[in-house]
Amino acid sequence: MKRLFEDIGRYCQLMLRVFSRTDNRRMLWKQVPTEMVKLGADSILLIAIISIFMGVIMTMQVILNTENPLLPRYTTGLMLRDTYLLEFSSTIMCLLLAGKVGSNIASEIGSMRVSEQIDAMEIMGVNSANYLIFPKIMGLVIFMPILVTLCVALGLIGGVGVAAFTDLITMDDFVYGLQYAFIPFYFTYSVIKSIVFGFIISSVSAFYGYYAFGGALAVGRASTNAVVKSSIIMLLMDIVLTDLMLT
Amino acid sequence: MIEVKNINKSFDGKQILYDISAQFLGGNVNQIIGQSGSGKTVLMKSIIGLFKAESGEVLYDGRNLQEMTEKEVKILRREVGMLFQGSALFDSLTVLGNVMYPLEMFSSMTRIEMEKRAKFCLERVNLIDEKHNLYPGEISGGMQKRVAIARAIALNPKYLFCDEPNSGLDPVTSLVIDKLISDITKEYGITTIVNTHDMNSIMETGDHIILIKGGRKAWEGSKNDIFEKGNPDLEDFVFASDLFKTIRKKKVDNNN
Repeated sequence: MKRLFEDIGRYCQLMLRVFSRTDNRRMLWKQVPTEMVKLGADSILLIAIISIFMGVIMTMQVILNTENPLLPRYTTGLMLRDTYLLEFSSTIMCLLLAGKVGSNIASEIGSMRVSEQIDAMEIMGVNSANYLIFPKIMGLVIFMPILVTLCVALGLIGGVGVAAFTDLITMDDFVYGLQYAFIPFYFTYSVIKSIVFGFIISSVSAFYGYYAFGGALAVGRASTNAVVKSSIIMLLMDIVLTDLMLT
Repeated sequence: MIEVKNINKSFDGKQILYDISAQFLGGNVNQIIGQSGSGKTVLMKSIIGLFKAESGEVLYDGRNLQEMTEKEVKILRREVGMLFQGSALFDSLTVLGNVMYPLEMFSSMTRIEMEKRAKFCLERVNLIDEKHNLYPGEISGGMQKRVAIARAIALNPKYLFCDEPNSGLDPVTSLVIDKLISDITKEYGITTIVNTHDMNSIMETGDHIILIKGGRKAWEGSKNDIFEKGNPDLEDFVFASDLFKTIRKKKVDNNN
């Protein structure tokens, strides 16, 4: 328990340094587009493949497992849309990103720590926390709405594919379900959640990398901690945000 | 000049440095020597401020590091260059990019001026043009050390710290690095502090030497005093090598 509070304290101190005054604004912002590409754009393929396949599979599962005459056929489209909007595009996608992006951030910063590159920056008088972590947080947070939109769109396209290429459901029923009782706020909710989760993934992973101590083993441990801890924190925040925004 | 007064440092209740005091003069290569684990690196990092000493003072030309505000420490840092044991070059930047980094962060030079200054520093450490666009992973360990020296002197530092600059290098390259550090120190009047346990380096460049043993200052002198003074801690360290035992024996025989 003592360790937990110590970690929370150190995390808060680190974030204060990350968002404190920068040494060279031009150099800092120059890195943001690079991080957007590295952390966000490079994840598009992974997100696209998973979103389409999960869209197809979920549509088929819903159709095959809800053969109840009392349930209208359009329920499939409705369930797929709301599942993607409310949870899949934000929570599940971010859990996947925690594995890919989180471990990348922790191992990159951790390697810089153990090879004394961060010490070299500090000796020069550079605020290393601000210079290294701020662009990663901004890069991921800015790119998150694009990934959410892409995830929802491709998931629904996967469902449309099932309606188009199989006899399990007609296109009319499926599209009617997609449009039925649509609440636009669900999309805003999803985007807000993904921005919060993007912040958690990047900042928590950077925290574990920044405080890595030792050699290669420490970098490995930092990567593991980054993925596990950011996933747990995201799930806890999911409950809080759902309570705050949907109830 | 850097002056250290009564520095004490411990980690998790374990005392590492005991009441160390020393003066490191400008234009001199000052060496902190001692066996691995004796506390050399902790002393150097305490002098730089990467570790906070529990008690004692570190004075940079009379300016007390312990009493400086965060802003003052940042300004002081721009007067400091450091060569790390593993070079600590930024993997994502080219050789030229590494040397330009401190200039980009802290100088008001134009890009052309920065490139000119970085190239001058690289030429000063004898790194030819063809290597400038390579990444640190694509050059040898000796070249990495030279790039690190070029980066350290890019902002014309007043103080230069070198943590085991010869570790992992062959004897010939070690000599080149030693000579470079010594030449740059004399040329620009820098206060240089070198952490080392390499006897060749000590005999080559040690203008002023302090020996650390078990976290305590055990001896202080110059390279010329090493064979003269009969300090048991120094003898344990220096004459651990058969080569130096033979050199001393020859010296004693010659004197007789």
